[in-house]
Amino acid sequence: MKNEQPNLSMIQEISSDQDFQKSILQTIRKEFLEEVKLFEDNFTSQQYENAAIHVHKIKHKVALLGLKQGEQLTDEFEKQLKKGKTQLHKQFLEVLQKIHVYLYH
Amino acid sequence: MNAIIVDDDATARLIIKELCLNSNKINVLEEFSSAIDAIKFLNNNEVEVVFLDIHMPSFSGFDFIETLSNPPKIILTTSDKKLALKAFEYKSVVDYLTKPVTKERFDKSLEKLDVFLNDDQNIGADQTKSEFLYVNVDRRLVKVHIPSIYLIEAKGDYINIKTEEKNYLVHSTLKKVEDKLPSEIFIKVHRSYIINISQIVDIEDNTVLINKDVIPVSRTNKSDLMKKLNLL
Repeated sequence: MKNEQPNLSMIQEISSDQDFQKSILQTIRKEFLEEVKLFEDNFTSQQYENAAIHVHKIKHKVALLGLKQGEQLTDEFEKQLKKGKTQLHKQFLEVLQKIHVYLYH
Repeated sequence: MNAIIVDDDATARLIIKELCLNSNKINVLEEFSSAIDAIKFLNNNEVEVVFLDIHMPSFSGFDFIETLSNPPKIILTTSDKKLALKAFEYKSVVDYLTKPVTKERFDKSLEKLDVFLNDDQNIGADQTKSEFLYVNVDRRLVKVHIPSIYLIEAKGDYINIKTEEKNYLVHSTLKKVEDKLPSEIFIKVHRSYIINISQIVDIEDNTVLINKDVIPVSRTNKSDLMKKLNLL
């Protein structure tokens, strides 16, 4: 998973239209920040079931940015959070960090 | 074909909208982040198909379908493959798409939609009949509710039709009963077994747990089963 980097392959497969690709990235940039904040707020206050709902939302974006292993990890983290388990939290944050760098730098 | 998109995720709505635009078959009238707003729209507008997210806050996609008295065709979208099995319980559901939706999978979904819309005129009269199966048991004609059947097992010259309430041993063949069952819900997984895929509890290697029965899946039928479940 360390070698996996966000990319546009999935988005390009959906449509080759440049305007669409710009538009979807803009939407992802906006939604990603909101969803990560909601996740962090819920996780910090140990509301793990609510946090899992936001992980579920983030998962779609992880997949859209071509991170297959990241998506699997996110899926597993979502399932574990629903059971109150948090062991994958650190790895999940690494995935979020990769996406953050890709989208905003 | 007129459509609406219902999903609280703006990214997901944008993708479906783009795929619809590129298909040249679907005209998106509106998009909604709220299922309730979508229902209000449907009450006043003609729509042939709804692209509907299952996971929405307060009001799920399934709540949406159950609220509508005469729903248009539904294509469900979900990131949760397990929920997709529940989709088969609803007659108005044509297909489900696992997120992120790919162009290839979306195009296949439109092909299924075409078939459903063309069949509508022919199956109207059959819809009531297809809910029930009439079987001859001990010289009595017994009415069996098809969705309650979870398994049909071949036993020599007989078939054993299993429902949650009781079993029916009928002098017949699997082939004859298979022809009377809705193919989107029932599938032959082995020369001796037909299962109701909406009742699958678990799948492991070459067996499927259906209700409390462990049923073998033959190699030749496994790929059909997986296609039907639309597993990645």
